[in-house]
Order: sequence, then structure tokens, then C-alpha cells
Amino acid sequence: MFENLTERLSRTVQQLRGKGRLTEDGIRETLREVRIALLEADVALPVVQTFISAVREKALGQEILKSLTPGQAMVKLVHDELVKIMGVENEALDLKAQPPVAVLMAGLQGSGKTTTTAKLARRLIEQEKKRVMVVSCDIYRPAAIEQLKTLAGQVGAVFQPSTVSQKPADIAREAVAEARRQMCDVLLVDSAGRLHVDEEMMAEIREVHAAINPHETLFVVDAMTGQDAANTASAFNDALPLTGIVLTKTDGDARGGAALSVRHITGKPVKFLGSGEKTDALQPFHPERVASRILGMGDVLSLVEEVHRKVDHQEAEKLVKKIRRGRGFDLEDFKSQMEQMQNMGGLGSLVDKLPGMSNLPDQVKSQVDDRQTRQMIAIINSMTPHERRFPDVIRGSRKKRIAMGSGTQIQAVNRLLKQHSQMQRMMKKMGKGGMAKMMRKVGNLQGQLPPGKLPGGKMPF
Amino acid sequence: MLRIFRKNKNKPGAVQDVQLRPAEQSGLDPLEQRLEDTRRQLGKRLGALLTGRSSIDEDLLDEIETTLITSDIGVQAALEIVENLRAGISNRVITEPKQVLPAVQAELFELIEPCEQFLAVDEGKKPFVIFMVGVNGAGKTTTIGKLAQRFKEDGLSVMLAAGDTFRAAAVEQLKSWGERNDIPVVAQNTGADSAAVIFDALQSAKARNIDVLIADTAGRLHTQHNLMEELKKINRVMGRIDPEAPHETMLVVDAGTGQNAVNQAREFNQAVGLTGITITKLDGTARGGVLFGIAHELGIPIRFIGVGEAAKDLRPFDAGSFVNAILPID
Ligand SMILES: Nc1nc2c(ncn2[C@@H]2O[C@H](COP(=O)(O)OP(=O)(O)OP(=O)(O)O)[C@@H](O)[C@H]2O)c(=O)[nH]1
Ligand SMILES: Nc1nc2c(ncn2[C@@H]2O[C@H](COP(=O)(O)OP(=O)(O)OP(=O)(O)O)[C@@H](O)[C@H]2O)c(=O)[nH]1
Ligand SMILES: [Mg+2]
Ligand SMILES: [Mg+2]
Repeated sequence: MFENLTERLSRTVQQLRGKGRLTEDGIRETLREVRIALLEADVALPVVQTFISAVREKALGQEILKSLTPGQAMVKLVHDELVKIMGVENEALDLKAQPPVAVLMAGLQGSGKTTTTAKLARRLIEQEKKRVMVVSCDIYRPAAIEQLKTLAGQVGAVFQPSTVSQKPADIAREAVAEARRQMCDVLLVDSAGRLHVDEEMMAEIREVHAAINPHETLFVVDAMTGQDAANTASAFNDALPLTGIVLTKTDGDARGGAALSVRHITGKPVKFLGSGEKTDALQPFHPERVASRILGMGDVLSLVEEVHRKVDHQEAEKLVKKIRRGRGFDLEDFKSQMEQMQNMGGLGSLVDKLPGMSNLPDQVKSQVDDRQTRQMIAIINSMTPHERRFPDVIRGSRKKRIAMGSGTQIQAVNRLLKQHSQMQRMMKKMGKGGMAKMMRKVGNLQGQLPPGKLPGGKMPF
Repeated sequence: MLRIFRKNKNKPGAVQDVQLRPAEQSGLDPLEQRLEDTRRQLGKRLGALLTGRSSIDEDLLDEIETTLITSDIGVQAALEIVENLRAGISNRVITEPKQVLPAVQAELFELIEPCEQFLAVDEGKKPFVIFMVGVNGAGKTTTIGKLAQRFKEDGLSVMLAAGDTFRAAAVEQLKSWGERNDIPVVAQNTGADSAAVIFDALQSAKARNIDVLIADTAGRLHTQHNLMEELKKINRVMGRIDPEAPHETMLVVDAGTGQNAVNQAREFNQAVGLTGITITKLDGTARGGVLFGIAHELGIPIRFIGVGEAAKDLRPFDAGSFVNAILPID
């Protein structure tokens, strides 16, 4: 996500960086480009207008024109203005209240409320050791309650049953009592999708809210949303005292302008990003990083943080040392890397965050998808240690044996070997730059900082 | 023998497993009112710039640009349209304010009209297979429920295949639509192979001489390579039973989607060759302008619009009223 906006803005900004002097015409032209870039990224028009006029005012004012490096100054201006809209640091879910702390989920149809409910539950259970209850107030969508029930089972949340003959406000009220009785720390209340123009349905969610007075009310919005984000966000914000936003489906190639729109219009912080269908695909949102990312600096911080949490540090360190020493990247390394990537939700989400990596051919990115990864690991498992270290020896009869051993076809073995050699080439290229450095950084950080507590705001390298 | 999809008869189904939304319970149709309200509001804003003015001014052109951009038509397209308009004005092809909106509407209509092609169920194909694809939460399963009811009302026998074997309770959701319409649903458990479920369904539909088989699939982002491959595999597997199947591959797009919908259409088209599009959730304030970009680039027929969550809330796509909702003339 965000790539296209990034590219577009960085191109404009790059042109500026080269310029020694910036004229008024230059500023106007740049702002025109920025306006188009933001609109192409699906930022809502009213938000774009506010943004542009704020930047224009400052740019035409004293500083920029007088500045010795006006290009830099302009970049900073756009960056600062983006940060101003997005907020400065991550705002976590606020659970500081008398338990059970109620969290209400609201949003349009299909935005991802039910899935996000399960993701949040999982996060709170696993990372904050909370006892979490979930309940569905969706009496309209077929099998909605069943969906939440299944997900609750998967993530180990207490599921409070409800039926379609109950009123949503009653369901929620009873759930609070039940959560208290069962000593739950948090109660997550899922609601039916609704359109902001459906007055009865909006009245209904207000009733649910009034019945339980939730500590957090999260507006769940699809990252692919276009201009309508402005209408829906303001209507939900008017109807409910929202406390935060969750932006879902950020794992695609949407430009994600909705994040800016919703944040600006509601004034409420984006607290989480949903980045996949599985229940672990939820990340805290770091607005400052997004501003940097939009301008093309890459979201290195959150990558480091994620890698830090999930990567086996010894493994990473070993790999880094090896690459640094210029030694080959063998199949054993390939396997351990795939295993780690699996832990992190696939290569796609990793690559996404590295600066300059968005240019990696899609072909390479997509080669490491889940199912294939599992198959590839199985194939490597069927090799001897010697074969893993020296893949060149794998020919005819060995291939057949490996294919049989892993329950695959020879073609799959061939594909793996080809991909490995591609990766090998890529690793070589990155050896001195990105990946090795990153991995080393992770190694260094180990023991110095508790996971998830990296100092925000600054790029570490 | 071709049968054209007939207009909706507004027959509310007997629903036991879910509640009707308040709007549906009340019997009146507030939807019409709401759609009309949204259109009117825009129309008023534009209209205000027309009344009592004898010359075309910048305000009007700006308002047109704004109206187009906020419909998700895309900023470049909007700028281009307004540029054309300016050219028309300076060439004195357009001289009066009241000519302006019709001129833009005509341009929009010309672009989208060729895509107005009703879905024709060829009764020579038994079954006529409809393959539903799209990103997560777009409205595939609901649209299947709506289609199923309408085909049934048209006197066709229908079967559904629960090809979404991934998402929690996706199978139950489709089954519930099947039960409501008293239509058989072929399903296996969550986690089963989607292609296998659809293969079974096609076999069974053939054996039972079913007219229409509609296959649901799990929502997937078009950037997920392996999941797009899975769709291709489903296509191949269907082809083993009937080389012509599927007869319709329909992309479901959420009207709220911004420019990403063009990527969706492009990628799904490349993977499985789209033959139709349904745009859902047009009952909100989203106007689905991104369809113009899709029409321009890919020209895929647009079959239906979804205007609500009930089975009756599906209408054949009508280019004229669609254009008038994008840029209304009051
Ligand atoms: N790729 C991706 N899919 C997601 C994400 N979050 C949710 N989804 C998918 O989006 C679809 C809709 O999600 P739900 O959780 O059912 O949405 P909802 O808002 O509860 O829908 P309604 O209750 O019908 O309004 C499902 O297919 C989810 O798997 C995400 O972050 N990434
Ligand atoms: N207002 C409105 N809601 C709709 C429309 N079509 C579908 N929905 C709602 O959108 C949500 C998602 O619809 P689904 O049919 O489950 O979407 P899907 O594409 O099958 O979703 P996944 O299988 O999870 O990818 C549900 O709450 C539907 O009731 C429509 O035309 N208007
Ligand atoms: Mg839901
Ligand atoms: Mg579905």
C-alpha cells in the first residue's frame, strides 16, 4: 500500500531537491502535482483542498523562498503537513478503565469489522494477556454470529452467544453483565455493517452505544475506499463518539488515501492497520512513519520492530555474518529464511516496508506465497545436508528422489532451485546494503530494547 | 434460445434466519427516496450555478470538476472532461450555461453505454455457469443470493456452489441464502479445496439438469498471486466437465472503492477473463464513478447494480440513470 503515492510524491519532491532556487511558479506547479498525487491516491477532495491551502500558505510565506535549500524546505513542509493530519505517534487502544472494558466496532458493510474483532481479541490475549470476550450484535447478515463464533474459537476468546431475535442493544447490555460475571478484562462488541444514510440503522448503533457506553468506539474502514470516505467518516463521527480508526485490507495495492481522509475528517487517530485475512494480520499504526513513507523514505522502523518481534535473532545474525563474509546463500539459509518469512506473514508484507524495494519484480515477490512456501520447505527437508549446501549437485536421479520424498513433482524441485538461485543473486546485491544491515540491526537491538518499544519518529539508519 | 433477465418483481422472501432491517420491515421503500435524495443534493448544487446566469463562469466548471472527482471517476479523467468543456466553450460549440451539463452527460453516457449489456442466460447451456470473483467483502455472496432468487422467479432451476472454503462461516452464509430461496447448495467443510467443491457442484448440476449454477469464491485481493492462481485452477477444473464453463465470470465491485477498482478489474480480467461486472452498495452516497475508468480501459459489460442487502435489491445496470446519478441534472 501507499506505494503509488510515495512514488508520485517522491518524483515531484526529487525534482525539487535538485533545485537551488524555488520560484512562486515552481511552488504552484509543485502543489498542482501534489494535489493530483493525493487525489490519485484517493484522498478525499475536501481534505486535499485543506492540505494544499495549508502548504501553499506556508510555502508562499517567508521561509521557503528565502531558504537556501528551498527543495528541502518544501519536502519538509509537505512532510510536516502530512504528519499534522496523521498525528505524531501511535495511539494504542486505551484499556485503562474498570473491567470489563467495552470496545464497540462500527462501520460500513464488508469493511472488516468481524475479522478485526477477532484480530484485536487475539492481540489482546496473546500480547497483553487479557481475558477477552466477544459478542455479535449483527442480527441481519446471514451467519454473522456464526462467523464471530468460529473466529472466537480460533483465537481463544470467550464467545458470548446471541440470537437474531434479540435487540442489538440488549445483546450488548447482557454481554457486559456476562463479561463482568466471567471476569473478562475486555469485551469486544461486533456490530452489523450499516450505511451512514440509513437513519434507522444509525439510530440502532447509537442505542447500542448508549446501552454500554464503550470505552473505545472504533470505526473500521476499508483502505480501498475512495472519495466516499469523506461522507461516511463524517456521518459516523457525528453519530457516534468515535475514539479511533482501524484501516483494513492494507495488504493490497490500494494507495490508501482513505487513511488521510478519515483521520482528517474525524480528527480521531488511526490505531491499527489490518494487513491480511488471518487473525494475526493486525499492526499498530505509526502515523509519522506513514508520512515518511509517503515521501519515499520507507517504513523501516515498523519493519525492524516486526522483525524484532518475530525473527529468531540467532538465525538472523548467522545469516548476516554469512552474507557479510560473502559466503553463499545456500538452501539451508533459504529454508530458514522462508520459515522466518512465514512467521512474518509472507515476503510481500516484508518487502512492502523496505525503502526502494517496491521496485522488486512482482514475480519475485509473489514467489514466496504461503502454500508454495510450505511446499518448498518440504522439498528442502527431503534433501541431504550436502545437497542443501551445494545445490549444484542436484541433478536427475537426486531430483526424482527429492520430489518423491516431498510428495511433489520434479518441476516443483526445478522451480525451487531456480528461485533459490534468483534469491541468491538478490541477496548478493543486497549483501552490502539493505537486508544485511537490517538483519544486523535487529541483532544489535536484541536485549537493548523491549519488543514494540522502539523510539518512534526517527529513522534508525 | 436466449432469455433476457427480467425486471425485479419485488417479492420479499420468507426469511427466518435473520432479521429484516428496519427499512425493509417498514414496507415502504425508503431506498428510492434515499437514492433520489443523494442525486438531488448534487443536482441542486449544480443547478444553483445555472439559474439566473447568462454566461458560463469558472464556478460552474469548478463545481463540475468537483462533482466528477468526488464520484471517483479519477482526477485525470475529471480534468480531461473539464478541459474538453473549456475547448467547447472557446470554440463556441457550447455558448449557454444550460448546454454545459448535458454536454458532459453525453460524454459520460457515450463512454459507459456500450457496457450496458444485460446478462443473458443461454438455456442451451445446462447448466449455465456463473463464476463470482472479487476482493474481500465486495458483496459476492450477497449478490449470489440476489441472483439466485431472481433466476428462480424467472422459472429457472438454480444451484449454488460454496466455493469459499476459507472464510469463517462463508459456507453457512451461502447455505442460508440457499435455504431462503429453497435452492440446493453444494458445499464441503471450511478448508476443503475450492476447485473440488465447484467441480462436484458442476457434476451434480449436470446430473440434475439444473439451468443455472452459481459458484461463490473466497474474497481475495488481486495482488495475492497464489490466490489468483487458485481461480485459474478452478476455471481449468470446470473446463474438464464443460469446456465452455464458466459462461459468465462476474467481478463484484464495491461502489465505495476508489481508483483501486481499476487495478482489481485489470488483474481479475487477466487471471480469469471477466465477462461481467456487478457494482454493489450503490444505495449509499458512493457513486461508483470508477466504472468509467474500467469501461474505458477494459470495456467489460456491466450487468447489475446492488442497492441494498435484501434479495430484491439488485437491478440491471442502466447507463442513463447511472450517468444521471454521477452528474445529475435537476
Ligand atoms: N486481505 C484482507 N482481507 C481482510 C482484512 N480484514 C478483513 N478482510 C476480509 O474482508 C472480508 C469482510 O470482512 P468481515 O470481517 O466479514 O467484514 P464486516 O465488516 O464484519 O462485514 P459485515 O458484517 O458484512 O458488514 C472478509 O473476506 C475478510 O476476510 C484485511 O486486513 N486484509
Ligand atoms: N448496502 C448494501 N450492502 C451490501 C450490498 N451487497 C452486499 N452488501 C453487504 O456487504 C457485506 C459483505 O457482503 P458479502 O456478500 O458477504 O461479500 P463477499 O464479497 O461475499 O465477502 P467475502 O466472501 O468475505 O469476500 C454484507 O454485510 C452484505 O450484506 C449492497 O448492494 N448494498
Ligand atoms: Mg461482520
Ligand atoms: Mg462471500
